[in-house]
Amino acid sequence: MSELVTESRPTPTAAPRSDFEFVAGWGMAVGAHARVLRPTDVDQIRACFDVARADGRHLGLRGGGNSYGDASVNEDGHVLDIGRMNRILGFDAETGIADLEPGVTIQQLWREIVPQGFWPRVVSGTMFPTIAGAAAMNIHGKNNYAVGTIGDAILDFDLVRPDGQVVTCSRERNSDLFHAAIGGFGMLGVFSRIRLETKRVYSGDLEVQAISSANLGEMMASIEERKAAADYLVGWIDCFGSGDGIGRGLIHEARYLKPGEDRNPEKTLALAHQELPAHILGFPKSEVWRFLRPICNDLGMPWLNATKHFMGKREAKAAPHRQSHAAFAFLLDYVPGWKRAYGPGGLIQYQSFLPKETAHDVYTEMLRHCQHRGIVPYLGVFKRHRPDPFWLTHAVDGWSFAMDFRVTKSGREKLWKHCAELTEIVLAGGGKFYFAKDLVIDGSAVRRMFDADKLEAFLGLKRELDPEFLLQTNLWRRLFA
Amino acid sequence: MPDATSAAPTDRPTPAQAAAPARPPALSGVPVDQRRAIVVGASSGIGAALVRQLVSEGYHVAALARRAEELDKLAAESEHLGVTSGGRVLTRTHDVLDITAIPTLFEDLVRELGGLDLLIYAAGVMPAMEPREYDTAKDLFTLNVNTAGCIAWCNPAAHLFTSQTRGTIVGVSSIAGDRGRKGFPVYCTSKAAMNTYLEALRNRLSEVGVHVCTIKPGFVDTAMTKGMDGLFWLSTPEEASAQILAAARNRVNTRYVKGRWWIVGTIIKLIPSVVFRRLSI
Repeated sequence: MSELVTESRPTPTAAPRSDFEFVAGWGMAVGAHARVLRPTDVDQIRACFDVARADGRHLGLRGGGNSYGDASVNEDGHVLDIGRMNRILGFDAETGIADLEPGVTIQQLWREIVPQGFWPRVVSGTMFPTIAGAAAMNIHGKNNYAVGTIGDAILDFDLVRPDGQVVTCSRERNSDLFHAAIGGFGMLGVFSRIRLETKRVYSGDLEVQAISSANLGEMMASIEERKAAADYLVGWIDCFGSGDGIGRGLIHEARYLKPGEDRNPEKTLALAHQELPAHILGFPKSEVWRFLRPICNDLGMPWLNATKHFMGKREAKAAPHRQSHAAFAFLLDYVPGWKRAYGPGGLIQYQSFLPKETAHDVYTEMLRHCQHRGIVPYLGVFKRHRPDPFWLTHAVDGWSFAMDFRVTKSGREKLWKHCAELTEIVLAGGGKFYFAKDLVIDGSAVRRMFDADKLEAFLGLKRELDPEFLLQTNLWRRLFA
Repeated sequence: MPDATSAAPTDRPTPAQAAAPARPPALSGVPVDQRRAIVVGASSGIGAALVRQLVSEGYHVAALARRAEELDKLAAESEHLGVTSGGRVLTRTHDVLDITAIPTLFEDLVRELGGLDLLIYAAGVMPAMEPREYDTAKDLFTLNVNTAGCIAWCNPAAHLFTSQTRGTIVGVSSIAGDRGRKGFPVYCTSKAAMNTYLEALRNRLSEVGVHVCTIKPGFVDTAMTKGMDGLFWLSTPEEASAQILAAARNRVNTRYVKGRWWIVGTIIKLIPSVVFRRLSI
């Protein structure tokens, strides 16, 4: 018994760190307890597979934990968190090619490369996802219509298969696996290294212009008209706007500065220039969500959205202004913890992707349906997209509309029913969904939205690489089991 | 092995089944009722009283102790207590000296309870000690049960509670930790260490909304005080458990049981060392 004190000194081991914790989706509307394994190298990734096998549990993969729904939640299972493998292995300032461990976050990446005159080709609205998570979800940014998804910027990657083998994949080598694992939501293996291209920039600033639109049709026409010249386009929609003003909102357009336009690029490319403000209206930004909490309801939100819309009209009259890359890209990071304003039930983001032919009518119908049901999104974000070659891609030659719904204990059932109705409208319009966001669709939607051959090929690859179906998450079981 | 068949494509629902009305996923481990507890050191005294009270309040309680027969007795009583409240108890024999087993046991219990809201560490020993006795094995045993066991149980709970940003940890320490008394040097040491550890844990976890409550009982009528002379202000285990749970719910930092022991504790802490060593306390 007394040996406990004398012999229990910790020793370094080959086993990954292991913690038992509550693993929630980013939107806090779903979560489960799981043992979280945090490997630091490829051998430890293999050890994670062995631990899961030995314990008879499934293994779910998790990056930064920024997927809104259940993509990295694994009830009754283990979770492999890649976050500790987070070294930047190299960055070539000539070619702009970054060689990254999988747990490197978008934040780490841009902070490394921006002083050297580069910016990631594709970033999400928050800087906290890991590169592995971003690749597994095949994330897009506000420039999806112009440059595609992050998969389009990836040159090659190493993937640890469930049998422990490491395979290098690129467009030429193991091309099938390259196109399946990107967007494969962690069901085929664990990324252990990713190389991607970044973009040369000549200033730390973008030139940004706001454009107000009176309704959805106007917004779509406006984006369509600008998309050849603009580098980024994103629309905000006041989902409470009705009648002629349905889908009213504000577009932000941004373009990179050409060489010479920024007279002092050393200054704008410095990290100090890129930092998000620490205070908002004089309050420390970490506390600002508390002010949103009392208005995050069906009374406050119509008011907040309408106010933003009318402020936006004024903003649109102003001349173009300059804004740093980080400030323009990471809108979701301005108010840390803003999701907590939604209360303990959390939120879901219902994002649907529609081909350009049907998008206008379907989105109008969806907004009307939301208003009719009295379940209106508190935030709407509208973007233009383009197709890409990845097998389970969400992107289409068309549009996406992301709707944030508040989840409450009593309204949960009703919200899910509402979403099922919306899903029917989307699928009838030839639409798709995105695994990084979704928590509400079911297996039949998956079969309707993906190309049948590509889906079958993906499942074939899954059976081949992971015959025991070791890699699973709640999302996998909800949609594919 | 993972159930491969559940994921095989042939097992996927037909479109007709899948078109059934969408239902939200169950909220696993989310605070629906917030009534799940682990009590370590539950076979007798304060621990057993805590289990009985929690069950009668409707908690799902995992009760852990070394002695299986005591646990069986507790389980039988609790079944009766839980009839109206819906509370229930699951018991596990466990020796807190078996430190390496704790992480896995903790994980199993939380999975079985479906979550965790409260951890109470009530295991403690105070071996009889003669005035001239210096027995290292006995002393390390005391330290391991009272302090190492507490740390080994609180650590995984602290990690879990941090990840879920809620939960309460209660450590049943002792007023004996306030001073080094000549009668029980290592018992006092173990409780002083526990007090400092729990305070540090409280400071560390407060920013994520997790509370840590230190309990300093005076004399409680349990096996530990049996046969002692000069007892006063004696609490029954039931009184003690009611006060402990009230303190935990009110997010009290340190609570003497009974409350009036605070006066004694405060005075004892103020006595100068040269005087204290001449006293027989």
